[in-house]
Amino acid sequence: MQKVKVSLTVNRKKYNLEVDPDERLLDSLRDRLHLTGVKEGCSIGECGACTVIIDGKAVNSCMVYTFQIDGSHVLTVEGLEIDGRLDPLQLSFIEHQAVQCGFCTPGMLMSAKALLNKNPNPDKEAIKTAIEGNLCRCTGYQQIIEAIEAVVKKDGSE
Amino acid sequence: MEFNHVHKSKKRVDVYEKVTGRAKYGADMRFPDMLYAQTLYTKYPYAEIKNIDLDKAKKQTDVEAIITAEDVPNNKFGVIIENQQVLAEDKSLFIGDGIAVVAAKTAKAAARAIELIDVEYKELEGIYDPLKARKEGSQLIHEENESNQVIHHPLRKGNIKQGFLESDVIIKREYDTPFIEQSYIEPEAVVAVPYQENSTITVYGSIQNPFATQGAVASVLKEKLNKIRIVQNHMGGSFGGKDEVVSSMAARAAILALKTKKPVRLVNTRDQSIKESYKRHPYKMKYKIGATHDGQLKAMQIEAVADSGAYACQTPFVTWRSVVQATGPYEVANVKTDTYGFYTNNIYTGAMRGYGSPQVIFAQESLMDELAEELDMDPVELRLKNIYHNNSITASGQKLDSHQVSLEEVLTKAVEKSDFIEKYNRYKKEQTGDKKRGIGLSISFRGCSLGAEAIDAAGIILSLKKDGSVNLYSGLAENGQGLKTVYCQIAGEILGLDIDRINFMEVDTLISPDSGSTVASRATLIGGNAVKKAANNLKNRIKKFIAESYEQTEDDIVLKDGKIYGKKSIEIMSIAKMSSMAAMEGVCLTSYGWYVSPEISWDEEIGQGNPYFTYVYGCQVAEVEVDIKTGEINVLKMTAAHDVGRAINPANVKGQIYGGVMMGLGYGIMEELKTNQGYIQNTNFDEYLIPTVKDMPDIDPIIVENPDPDGPFGAKSIGEPTLELGAAAIANAVANAADKRIRSLPINLEQIIVGRKLSKGGGQK
Repeated sequence: MQKVKVSLTVNRKKYNLEVDPDERLLDSLRDRLHLTGVKEGCSIGECGACTVIIDGKAVNSCMVYTFQIDGSHVLTVEGLEIDGRLDPLQLSFIEHQAVQCGFCTPGMLMSAKALLNKNPNPDKEAIKTAIEGNLCRCTGYQQIIEAIEAVVKKDGSE
Repeated sequence: MEFNHVHKSKKRVDVYEKVTGRAKYGADMRFPDMLYAQTLYTKYPYAEIKNIDLDKAKKQTDVEAIITAEDVPNNKFGVIIENQQVLAEDKSLFIGDGIAVVAAKTAKAAARAIELIDVEYKELEGIYDPLKARKEGSQLIHEENESNQVIHHPLRKGNIKQGFLESDVIIKREYDTPFIEQSYIEPEAVVAVPYQENSTITVYGSIQNPFATQGAVASVLKEKLNKIRIVQNHMGGSFGGKDEVVSSMAARAAILALKTKKPVRLVNTRDQSIKESYKRHPYKMKYKIGATHDGQLKAMQIEAVADSGAYACQTPFVTWRSVVQATGPYEVANVKTDTYGFYTNNIYTGAMRGYGSPQVIFAQESLMDELAEELDMDPVELRLKNIYHNNSITASGQKLDSHQVSLEEVLTKAVEKSDFIEKYNRYKKEQTGDKKRGIGLSISFRGCSLGAEAIDAAGIILSLKKDGSVNLYSGLAENGQGLKTVYCQIAGEILGLDIDRINFMEVDTLISPDSGSTVASRATLIGGNAVKKAANNLKNRIKKFIAESYEQTEDDIVLKDGKIYGKKSIEIMSIAKMSSMAAMEGVCLTSYGWYVSPEISWDEEIGQGNPYFTYVYGCQVAEVEVDIKTGEINVLKMTAAHDVGRAINPANVKGQIYGGVMMGLGYGIMEELKTNQGYIQNTNFDEYLIPTVKDMPDIDPIIVENPDPDGPFGAKSIGEPTLELGAAAIANAVANAADKRIRSLPINLEQIIVGRKLSKGGGQK
């Protein structure tokens, strides 16, 4: 199979890759860049565990071929922490016990992050819509919503 | 009682690595020269395997090894009955049976090779209904047996005939429940590494029960247990589901690893996971209940039939828990129950959160509302007349006298908080419009831990380091429920250390004490007691050392806030300094805690005895809105009151309640693994629907605390009780709203509108 050259910025770092045309972004991130915080749960875009942010949008990385996003900026859960400082969402997930098994957590965080980047003051319904595509079997979602709401409130008061 | 570390919503000790993506799960493990394995599954649920031709597949580039049943040293394994095939030998018995496993240098090469394996089958006519499998003379799923019966648990109490004679009202009802997929978001994953250190095989992965998997792999490989090492760390959910199926995968990967002398990774896709992993048992239940006009229960007769699928797996124990819980938490003088499991050629069934209770509670608690209706009594009143109190005698003849029986308390709290009585009466009246509201409740008592299934013991090792930090080795494992944090809190409370000074090590069969399986909501209760013992052993040694070295009496010494205090609460030194000094003096700073649960008993012939040493009590109330035109059911609110003994970590307890309530909601109105002649029809989350955030009702958790004398700091269980009540509460709420009684799960729109399921297999009459 003819390899395709792709250049990507992932977590603020530039990469030049040569990939098969049928290589999914999920596999490039996990297998080539060792970003295993990106999880595979269903492979058909239903569970959201592989959610990453591509050019500002939350996307299921199992549904994207790497070659399709040449030149894009990708943010994964590993890129949320900057210089040892956790993102407010990460801190809030810790604070509100929004994590149990943790397998959905990276995807949840990325969906929430994409939402807050676009809309810093979402209401509860908007939060629910943003994470509707992220399945969680442990938490019943309640503490995840509380964690995201707390970040919104904190932002508002500052 | 004042606590410093328990009874507090401490942050999870494993949360940092989970929010940063650093946490390594089974599929994230990488080893040099690692091979990728893939399983070929049978084409037919029930078929003779005439020939397997591997020639073409073997010639594929990058393929390193292929195994079939011939390569498996001992092909049958099982915790209770050893009849599960690692790979199908002469026949495939269900659609998820493996035929061959390929190991190749790349995942792609393994997938290609799988397609090149030629298997010649002779398709056979299977049995897909446990009631058919039960019939005398039916063909046998396992030819070595005399019948297809896996198990029969009888329970006899009093005189059932007399009980019905004394009843003014007798009703008979039938209920049924479907196969349910655990739906952990992480599919099963293992990596088997050969000849690491002194072990023949080391298996890493998403393994719920490392010791069960160790046993299975050792038995399959015909190798000694001390040569098989299982390491578990982060797990992407399990809910009972990552036991036998993972053991089977671990064994397959181990055989390939030994054959190739390379690490072998075997990771399921979602489709593979749903196809080969065991499910929650479908039940068909017949209930007959008799009561006096004033609502006193006189007699109960129950027959429950579980579909075990192709293998025994956990069926004997799952159905046993059903026996204990089938009559509900009610005093009934005359009881006859018969619970059965039968083999079929369906997907096999095993442990899933609840373990035989969600099915019978759905039936039992629906029945109580039906009886209340018949007696023209409100459902709360009928329950209050019959529920267990202190010193009540259960259906199995156990006197509940070891702990506070708090049924009335949880029931009352949930009823008051949800405004149940007022709403129930209001919704019962004629409602205008298509959208009708309803409210319903259900209650349960649940035996904590394993009960009479097996010896119930657990161990903990604590190792205090010279700087005052601690390593904690546990035999029970974190599945996501928060066990690591709870254990660190209990150890911290006794040793006077912050939980960030305690490092919970990954469960590793090399060092962790074999504590049985992390199941049955037993980790806080049984393992927590072991932590307490280990910490107390260590504390006593520290006290002795300080008393001898500093002219103190042991009774005056207190460990708190990382420091040691003596007479008149004067600070002596830090625990860190003491640790270093004690180590130099040759004091043993490693301690072992072993806890064995109080005695229990069970007479299998008549189902009498004391099956569990303590119980928890719960009540859930569901408020729904039903659109009788479209059949849409909207669960608006769930109120959940649970007695946990003592909440070691209240935020974690709430997390269990929220999660369990949502899983119960899925069971009630959404989830059903559909099978047709043994084929599974919904093998991914686009068709097997679990609740999303949009399905969420308001959830009001009520934590009730009556410390148990046998629990660590009084704590008991919460994991499973939260899930077992929802479906019944919702069914009762739907009946209250739409005046339609649905006796088949999941309750769906067709049932509301036309009174039965339109799809095949609908049980509603």
